[in-house]
Amino acid sequence: MSEPGNDGDKDPNRRDFIYIAAGAGAVGALAAIAVPLIGQMNPAADTLALASIEYDVSKVSEGQQVVVKWRGKPLFVRHRTAKEIQEAQSADVSGMKDPQPDSDRVKAGKEQYLVLVGVCTHLGCVPNMSGSEYGGWFCPCHGSDYDTSGRIRKGPAPTNLEVPEYAFLSDTKIKVG
Amino acid sequence: MSPFMTKSLKLLGGLAVAATLGLGMPALAAGGHAKKLQEAEFSFEGPFGTFDQAELQRGYKVYREVCASCHAMNLMSFRNLGQKGGPFYDERYSNPNDNPVVKQIASEFEVAEIDPESGDEVMRKATTSDRFPSPFRNDEAAKASNGGALPPDLSVMAKARHDGANYIYSLLQGYDPEPHGLTVAPGQHYNVYFPGDLTSAWTGDHDKVPAGGVLAMAAPLSDGRVTFDDGTPSTLKNQSRAVAAFIAWTSEPHAIERKQTGVAVLLYLLIFFGITYLAYRQVWRGKH
Amino acid sequence: MSDHPSTYTPKTGIEKWLDARLPILRLAHDSFVDYPTPKNLNYWWTFGGILSLCLGIQIITGVVLAMHYVPHIDHAFDSLERIRRDVNGGWLIQFVHSNGASMFFFAVYIHMFRGLYYGSYKAPREVLWLLGCIIYFLMIATAFMGYVLPWGQMSYYGAVVITNLIGAIPIVGPSILTWLQGGFSVDQATLNRFFSLHYLLPFVIAGVVVLHVWALHVCGQNNPTGVEVKSKEDTVPFTPYATVKDGVAMILFLMLFAVFVFFLPNALGHVDNYVKANPLQTPAHIVPEWYMLPFYAILRAIPDKLIGVIAMFAAIAVIFALPWLDTSKVRSMRYRPVMRWFFVLFVITCCLLGWCGGQLPEDMVFSLGKDTAGHAIGLKVVHLSQILTAYYFAFFLIIMPWIGLKEEPLPVPASISEAVLLNHTKHS
Repeated sequence: MSEPGNDGDKDPNRRDFIYIAAGAGAVGALAAIAVPLIGQMNPAADTLALASIEYDVSKVSEGQQVVVKWRGKPLFVRHRTAKEIQEAQSADVSGMKDPQPDSDRVKAGKEQYLVLVGVCTHLGCVPNMSGSEYGGWFCPCHGSDYDTSGRIRKGPAPTNLEVPEYAFLSDTKIKVG
Repeated sequence: MSPFMTKSLKLLGGLAVAATLGLGMPALAAGGHAKKLQEAEFSFEGPFGTFDQAELQRGYKVYREVCASCHAMNLMSFRNLGQKGGPFYDERYSNPNDNPVVKQIASEFEVAEIDPESGDEVMRKATTSDRFPSPFRNDEAAKASNGGALPPDLSVMAKARHDGANYIYSLLQGYDPEPHGLTVAPGQHYNVYFPGDLTSAWTGDHDKVPAGGVLAMAAPLSDGRVTFDDGTPSTLKNQSRAVAAFIAWTSEPHAIERKQTGVAVLLYLLIFFGITYLAYRQVWRGKH
Repeated sequence: MSDHPSTYTPKTGIEKWLDARLPILRLAHDSFVDYPTPKNLNYWWTFGGILSLCLGIQIITGVVLAMHYVPHIDHAFDSLERIRRDVNGGWLIQFVHSNGASMFFFAVYIHMFRGLYYGSYKAPREVLWLLGCIIYFLMIATAFMGYVLPWGQMSYYGAVVITNLIGAIPIVGPSILTWLQGGFSVDQATLNRFFSLHYLLPFVIAGVVVLHVWALHVCGQNNPTGVEVKSKEDTVPFTPYATVKDGVAMILFLMLFAVFVFFLPNALGHVDNYVKANPLQTPAHIVPEWYMLPFYAILRAIPDKLIGVIAMFAAIAVIFALPWLDTSKVRSMRYRPVMRWFFVLFVITCCLLGWCGGQLPEDMVFSLGKDTAGHAIGLKVVHLSQILTAYYFAFFLIIMPWIGLKEEPLPVPASISEAVLLNHTKHS
């Protein structure tokens, strides 16, 4: 096939420029179209308007935990016994995978209440209270073992159970989120 | 086929074209029409128009203090008030949930929630992510309180009527005195802009059925009904205008973004067209 | 093309490797690069490419919308509003999809009228035409079911009226209607199946489009002269000649599309569809989308329910029969001085039918005063619809076969090249 426009063409540079510009226009248009088509899969505005919840921790009796749904995930509210607090505070931090003192994970003066996002930091399962060697949580999926402060002590999980942002509104009422 | 026939067929075709172009709208049937809407000439009309934020704030106030006592806006959340283009948008708070004005407005309301412990319905303060609370528990309760008529949800009202913003603007000012000879049932109210057919309720001259219709809503606004914080005179006209603008915004909160994107897209396509057309000329040179 | 040997020569090692295993690049090269196209194609021929673009846009935006849409009678309406309000860029995607349906039909009607004018349905392109008709029919079905999904008042009553057409069939009609609706009214079951089928059918359309393009490449494209390609002089390679011309037309088409999406997004829709479906109250004036209006007018033109439904479906069916109704020896209406005017009249008829479909049947087209009882007399919309319906069918069933035999065509050029040369002398 003959090259297009061979006969009347004066300036091959100008010709090439037009073809390149037209091609660039098409690529630019496709890129601009791709932006909303990809962006739509990000969380929508109503999903981003994160809900916060309030919870009365006095409803949790000592040695028990209550699981509340928060932002689609389980939230553990645990009322620790004196023994559990003592174990959490005295454990040797230096040997841990994700070293963190218990005092960083609870509110001062409210050491008995531990609030955690109940999602194993390994691959997202919900750990159980039974089966833990350390008196904390044991994840049934791959055997990650957390202590009474929610710190990872054994198993594949890389980090401690997450402590969400929360505050005591009154003596017994917390607001999470 | 004879040339005469060809000619007559051409004539026929020409006539048909003329008939199409000449065909206007059908004549309006007697009665059953509303008065032509008033034109508010809103700031958001046209391809470059934008909302007047102060007007939206006034409109929210009218909605909140008057309309909201009967009409729900189920698609609206408090956070929407602070989103880009909204009445309380503040560029310092790109996340409307952090906007203190929006937080303050939300905290003035209580919403029902199921207590996770007892299972009872308890009231808590609303947050920015909550929807506007409905004035009635359900449609049946709404009907019972409004003489059997359900006050429609206003979230998308400006899209759900022809020329919606002007319709709302006109309707709110359309409570003319009832013409003599018109029978209006108790609980019904005459409005010149409400679509309806008053022929059966009209006892006067058959050819002079009044425009408009009757609706269950009594005139909701009047001079001085709402006090505007920005000093705008609280006339019926200003209130109607503000609330019509507000509902136009709630009906399509992204309308301005849509039009602005459109200008950019058309400019891009225009340049792209120019370049591609040059490429086309180049390619086809000598081939035509 | 059977008579067109492949000119593809794999250059790199990978191309050679692939060509020996799956000659897909050869297929693409022979179909869209080196494929010979008549050199005299005008802009009416660009609508084939534009329609592929439309189908692509509808499928992509549709798949995206399905990620957010909730096919439930209590949530469908609100989920559409959530897409427009909260989903990132959702307003854009939703408006492109809803206006895209209108643009798709706009393009397909031009494509069909072009085929009609230039005789593109005539032998040996009958199968090509039939496949096109199937695509059109599937488009109608897809668009109808898609329109139900927002679950507004028009969605709901559109679904009610159209499914009830089936009820017109004697004896088995009511049973089929119940089967189709999945209940005794349009309800959750209906919405769910319409959503499923609305997602499925576009891919069926895409499949038939492949067959359509295949059939096109077997016979080659028709052209404005209707004279078959005689030599290499008559053609140019598809790329870059047709591609760049299609590109220009597509951009112009996209500009029109953008005007609707960004500045008149609801102009082609109906305000009542922003009112949530209410099975207890029908809106005062229900109409289908504009692209269905001519068929709606035909339905209403006939006072009998069953015959009306038959006429409406016959209006579509008769398009399938077109290749066997045209008796003319000449393909293009460019050389058919009489038929051309009947064609113009036919286009006007279709437009007027569309206009009638949007009016109330008892409305007056023009009034000639009043009778003694005070009722207006004149031409009613229903009467005009009847005249137009008569012409619609007469065009296919009487005029097409009859004029084809009687008409004296103008001299047809010997080849495309000759026609192009003639055109040049005329202009210079």
